[in-house]
Amino acid sequence: MELLIATAIGGLVGSGVWLLLRQRTFQVIIGLSLISYGVNLFIFSMGGLRVAAAPLLADGAPGDLAAYADPLPQALVLTAIVIGFAMTALLLVVLLAARGLSGTDHVDGRERRPRDDDEEEPPA
Amino acid sequence: MAWTQHLLIAPILLPLVTAASMLLIDAARQRVIAMLNVASTVTLLLIAVALLRLAWQSESAVSGVYLLGNWPAPFGIVLVADRLSTLMVALAGLLGVASLSFALARWHRAGVYFHPIFQIQLMGVNGAFLTGDLFNLFVFFELMLAASYGLLLHGSGAARVKAGLHYITIGLTASMLFLIGVSLLYSVTGTLNMADMAERIASLEGDDRVLLEVGAAVLGVAFLVKAGMWPLNLWLPGAYAAAAAPSAALFAILTKVGVYVVLRLSLLLFGDGAGASAGFGADWLLIGGLLTIAFGAIGALGSQDVRRLAGHCVLISSGTLLAAIGIGDARVTGAALFYLVSSTLAISAFFLLIELAERGRVPGADVLAVTMEAFGPREAPPSLDDEGAGIAIPAALAAVGIAFVLCALLLAGLPPVSGFIGKFALLSALVNPSDPSAAVSVGRWAMLALVILSGLAVVVAMARAGIRTFWAPPERTPPRVRVIEFTPVAVLLALCAALAARPAPVFDYLQTAADALHAPDDYREQVLAALPAERRALGSGESAR
Repeated sequence: MELLIATAIGGLVGSGVWLLLRQRTFQVIIGLSLISYGVNLFIFSMGGLRVAAAPLLADGAPGDLAAYADPLPQALVLTAIVIGFAMTALLLVVLLAARGLSGTDHVDGRERRPRDDDEEEPPA
Repeated sequence: MAWTQHLLIAPILLPLVTAASMLLIDAARQRVIAMLNVASTVTLLLIAVALLRLAWQSESAVSGVYLLGNWPAPFGIVLVADRLSTLMVALAGLLGVASLSFALARWHRAGVYFHPIFQIQLMGVNGAFLTGDLFNLFVFFELMLAASYGLLLHGSGAARVKAGLHYITIGLTASMLFLIGVSLLYSVTGTLNMADMAERIASLEGDDRVLLEVGAAVLGVAFLVKAGMWPLNLWLPGAYAAAAAPSAALFAILTKVGVYVVLRLSLLLFGDGAGASAGFGADWLLIGGLLTIAFGAIGALGSQDVRRLAGHCVLISSGTLLAAIGIGDARVTGAALFYLVSSTLAISAFFLLIELAERGRVPGADVLAVTMEAFGPREAPPSLDDEGAGIAIPAALAAVGIAFVLCALLLAGLPPVSGFIGKFALLSALVNPSDPSAAVSVGRWAMLALVILSGLAVVVAMARAGIRTFWAPPERTPPRVRVIEFTPVAVLLALCAALAARPAPVFDYLQTAADALHAPDDYREQVLAALPAERRALGSGESAR
């Protein structure tokens, strides 16, 4: 079980990092989404992976965390999902605005054509 | 009185309620919304000053612990007011009032939601300073970042949106790292409360300790992205240069949030009581801080645009503070806190001033100036028998020019202003270690050299920028500066002058704060011992502590 989850997290975050370093804004956003999925799985797995143990106190059962799934990381994951969702929405709007204002979806706002050697970007 | 115990949550609740009510008001009634913003920000400043007074007069390290939901720590989230956090909240309030005053001239009309976003920004910053729980810190950090994205994009335009895209992407990546670090720390210690975590660290062993250090390192990277340590700070000069002036003035406190958290967590979690992990990360902070100072100094000398110069000055100040934290000496920390106050006020004033000084200049004038200096024709000096003995300087230009000179002195750390006192205190504490038998290490000498050299770099860069802006241009129209725009600059600089005139009480306060940070046992005990208020009896009775 741990191996499965670890592989999934590794695959998601690895793909996400690769996409994050690309030059097109849509790839960057998908990369950030994949990283956020991986990180959410990671936070959840920090509570210990337990099968068939709901984080709900049962009548008569001992009130000891050893018998239940840890509810706190689940709450952390929910918070992280909500925050990530809002930030992704914001980044999408900025992506659209950047596409509209600069005419290109390159992350630097202008295409890098190796043939053009006349126009230099003005020093910022 | 019963209501004063809720003073500690006011810096968070007040901006939240204000922002919500602003959204309910019709957006066409901007004057009403603006007045609401002014009232709320001024009240925030007053509350922050009240908290500061309470902390000043308090005998113990922690002047107030607020239990959210009436749950005792470590089960519930706590807000902690000690000397350092109340100081930072007061600084944020000051910068908020200054930046709002500047924005009311015309910038607030560049976008519809400036005022609510401004209030949420203040809420996020105040929450990040006051909280005593790691995941609550994440939430306030995200609030702060979300509002800063809005403030950076305020005013729109291709350059701002491009800078915003980069800033948001890096901010989100840092948030992911923050989450990884926090969850690792939770899995190892079983708690999210900072004080409780500090207690549990000493007893960890083996694999747990390794995981703890990994988690803390990942968490540290997330904050160092915000604080601007090299090589994580390459986004900062570009982003701060693209922001509108009131936004950039408020961003001066955002880097300090990163520095504050690094200071708080490194001393609380990895102080002397941490067992085998004591002093974890201090070397990295020192080396990284020194590299940041060097990068900032070189960048300041190389900037052609005065806004990028300001961004690099932010980096120099961050690097100095991070290196001071890495030294790990209470006297150095106390001096660094004074330097923090002075440099935050100076940078904020400088960002506002740049906007005033740039008015009336041809766009791209800086680049033209560089080109003219390097390649332009050598012009004959003006003949001496022109009419009159001098040139008439309009009052606005004179005022802005004098303020520029003061900012240059403050940022470079030259006398007689508070930047000099901060730097001098830092240098003096570096060569006089608290432990009299310890030798002055190589790291301390390196930091001394870099602090002095960075001051030189800033002097050269600021002098050149000032000459290009005020003296050299062939034609310039005098800038139109409104009183409401110049007053915040004047007040911030006057505060720096007051700091320089009477630094002793401030120094005492900050040194006490630094000593309390380096001996966090009091903090831990007081936070964990705070008792919930007794539940109100049905129908009558009062809750008492």
